Amino acid sequence: MIDARRSLLLHGGIVACLALLAATLPAYHAGNLTRILVLAVYAMGYNLLFGYTGLLSLGHALFFAAGMYGFGLSAALGGLSAGAALLAGVAAAALVAGLTGALALRTRDVAFMIVTLMFAQAGYLTILYFGTWTRGDEGFVLPAAARRLAGFDLRGDGARLVAALTLFSACFLATAALTGSRLGRTLIAIRENEDRARMLGYDTARLKLVAVVLSGTLSGLAGAAYAMLFGYVGASFATVQYSILPLLWVLLGGAGTTVGPLIGVALVFYLIDWSSRVTDAYMLVAGVALIGLTLFAPQGVAGLIRRKAAPWLP
Amino acid sequence: MAAVTLLETRGLSKSFGGVTACDGIDLALPAGETLALIGPNGSGKSTFTAMVSGRIRPDRGRVLLRGRDVTALPAHARIAMGMAYTFQITSVFADLPVRENVALALRRTVRGEGRVQAGTDRTLERVGLLARADQPAGDLSYGHQRVLEIAMGLAQNPALFILDEPTQGLSEPEVAEFVALMDALPAATAVLLVEHNMDVVMRLAGRIAVLDAGGLIAVGPPDRIRADPAVQAAYLGTADA
Amino acid sequence: MEFGPHLMLALLEGAVTSAVLALTAMGLSLVFGVMRVVNVAHGAFFMLGAVAAWWIADLVGAHPALGFAAALLAAPLLVGAGAMLADRLILAPVGYDPERTIVATIGLMYVIEQTVLMGFGPDARPVAPPFDARIALPWVERTAEGLALYWPWGLSITAYKLFVIAAAAAILAGLWALMTRTGAGLVMRATQQDRDMARAFGVPVSRVFARVFGLGAALAAMGAVLVVPIQQAHYLMGGDPLLLSFIVVIIGGLGSLPGTVVAALLIGMTDGIVSVFLSPTLAKIVATLAVALVLVFRPQGLMGRARA
Repeated sequence: MIDARRSLLLHGGIVACLALLAATLPAYHAGNLTRILVLAVYAMGYNLLFGYTGLLSLGHALFFAAGMYGFGLSAALGGLSAGAALLAGVAAAALVAGLTGALALRTRDVAFMIVTLMFAQAGYLTILYFGTWTRGDEGFVLPAAARRLAGFDLRGDGARLVAALTLFSACFLATAALTGSRLGRTLIAIRENEDRARMLGYDTARLKLVAVVLSGTLSGLAGAAYAMLFGYVGASFATVQYSILPLLWVLLGGAGTTVGPLIGVALVFYLIDWSSRVTDAYMLVAGVALIGLTLFAPQGVAGLIRRKAAPWLP
Repeated sequence: MAAVTLLETRGLSKSFGGVTACDGIDLALPAGETLALIGPNGSGKSTFTAMVSGRIRPDRGRVLLRGRDVTALPAHARIAMGMAYTFQITSVFADLPVRENVALALRRTVRGEGRVQAGTDRTLERVGLLARADQPAGDLSYGHQRVLEIAMGLAQNPALFILDEPTQGLSEPEVAEFVALMDALPAATAVLLVEHNMDVVMRLAGRIAVLDAGGLIAVGPPDRIRADPAVQAAYLGTADA
Repeated sequence: MEFGPHLMLALLEGAVTSAVLALTAMGLSLVFGVMRVVNVAHGAFFMLGAVAAWWIADLVGAHPALGFAAALLAAPLLVGAGAMLADRLILAPVGYDPERTIVATIGLMYVIEQTVLMGFGPDARPVAPPFDARIALPWVERTAEGLALYWPWGLSITAYKLFVIAAAAAILAGLWALMTRTGAGLVMRATQQDRDMARAFGVPVSRVFARVFGLGAALAAMGAVLVVPIQQAHYLMGGDPLLLSFIVVIIGGLGSLPGTVVAALLIGMTDGIVSVFLSPTLAKIVATLAVALVLVFRPQGLMGRARA
């Protein structure tokens, strides 16, 4: 276990390192870092449900896309400002998470995985069906006004990186605090032995729904931020691939650790970056990684570190 | 001045398929009493405790806690009303430290992590597990895991403590430790004890309820039950020693 | 064409879809029934069957009928063998744990798809059907003498499609016989009913699992070989069959051959008919949500027995 003060030091230290990286990296890698930081927020959202609560969802792209389209449609069609559209995106994701979660949580294990997958597929198909407004697979570009937040124009590389870093840091510190809190400990208990947690008096059904909504909202925030920072909304972000990627990120980085999601996103990003120079079949890397992790290292990088060297790692 | 009975069941019944597991069980348990539930395998003891704790819904009948009808109340809510429960097959958080197991039991009602940890230390010391506080619970011997589970129940300071075959798998000295723990419970705690070990039953029970084939065939103080010829013939002669 | 003949054509085309779907879904159902695991790579095995068929036909060269016959025999064997290997290397080591199997088979799906992409390329490649005849279909009309058959102009179906329906029915009948009349089938059904009891009776459960996994993949490959002269082979062609197989298995109830066939008929027919009259996207949305809601509210499927 780690106490609150040391936790703050550890996580604050990581944020400081990232800020240093952001200031010193060359342009290409700085651009990658921007993407990595936003996707890491998505991964942290997924980790909350998978790593901490023990629920494996195969449909998180639904929440990411809800945030993305909530933002994009409000800004492009509704003319909302970036700030208001962000709120709309987050609200949309929270709502979708609440509805689908309430239904999906009536199932468990394999059925839960399939139900979440089906809901996400239905979401993707719905985006295609309403193509008149969503432009389907083609997607749409966001107007300049939607890319200006609190006076900052987020189209420039520098501003984008600062925004991504700010977003990541806030979410990173928040999830670190959450997982160390009473609620976080209870979610871990549910993951470890739900029946026992129930018989200690915890309303596990309600708590699991809370976990789904928090996880979905965080994922939606990432989706909305991604649209805001990169200026594009498209149905490809709602496909199965965007549900499998967070699973891969979290597994590789270390499920149930605070720093795992960031590690996972960074590693997979660069693995795919490197392999796509060599072949079109870069998702082969993802496939091999998933098999390898399941067979040999289900605890991931941070999990291994925790087991071998640092049992206090949160 | 009669206080409201802590636990009361009226006509509690449950069938699975064509088999009647429990048939119209009426039982009352006042605060401070230890009631032992005995009977052969298949007599309905586990089904009964499952219905009392809320893990199964009865087909007919009612469960009342402190006079309030809780038959439709889910298990976690009954626990929150002051019930603690240990499983027939020990169920703890095996990958979490011993300390965290007890802390989780405390954290629902105690505010402030400092006070939670202090309460955890006290409870672990009481059951003799403080030295192993930082070990994963799954590393403990089975007997110690059982003790841990009881500690988790103790930590909740329950009004009603339900224990399902707590001495199963325990060695002689561990059984003695268990009895000592039960003796040291606050006087007002009511205990519903499902047991096969007759020595433990005779030692701890204020009253004994005997189940057979889903029905309650006798309820009363240990001496009366022991002397009951029907009960004697059916159970006490073949009970485990 | 009037409505009647048009509907009959739609039904026949739907029957072709159902036939292939029944085979494919049966493979998935067997694996889940006996092994209690979900194989997300099932669509990838289907695709492998089609790609293998293309490759074998290309290799044999000669008359398309010869190539096709060779493919129908060899492709399922090859794919089945590959699946058995995957079972030994991946599924057995994770102990058939449901969650880990799903993650591992997702990985396997990507590996298979991307490897095929690298070797076969991103294009769709056709395979010639073994025979090329078209059969005109009759319809009834009122004449002065009463009802009579006539052959509306343009109402026809290829002989090959009729063959597909017949072949699938024959294979399913063979599978039914295997499951209910042979020792091997008995062993499979026993393992499905109670794995531990079967083991206690000396059934080599791990070997049964490997063979069932291989059989499941081979069935998918058979469906793919049958459909590839109609559809073309493409590295991503496994996605739809996977989703549809899921729908069939979940709605038809697990491990039940009659249930799978009925559900496949239902899905195959409605998919065809609905897509003609409504947007295919909307049809897919409805089907996808139906699967989710069946799992949420009636997990034993529409025909299965409720699990205790």
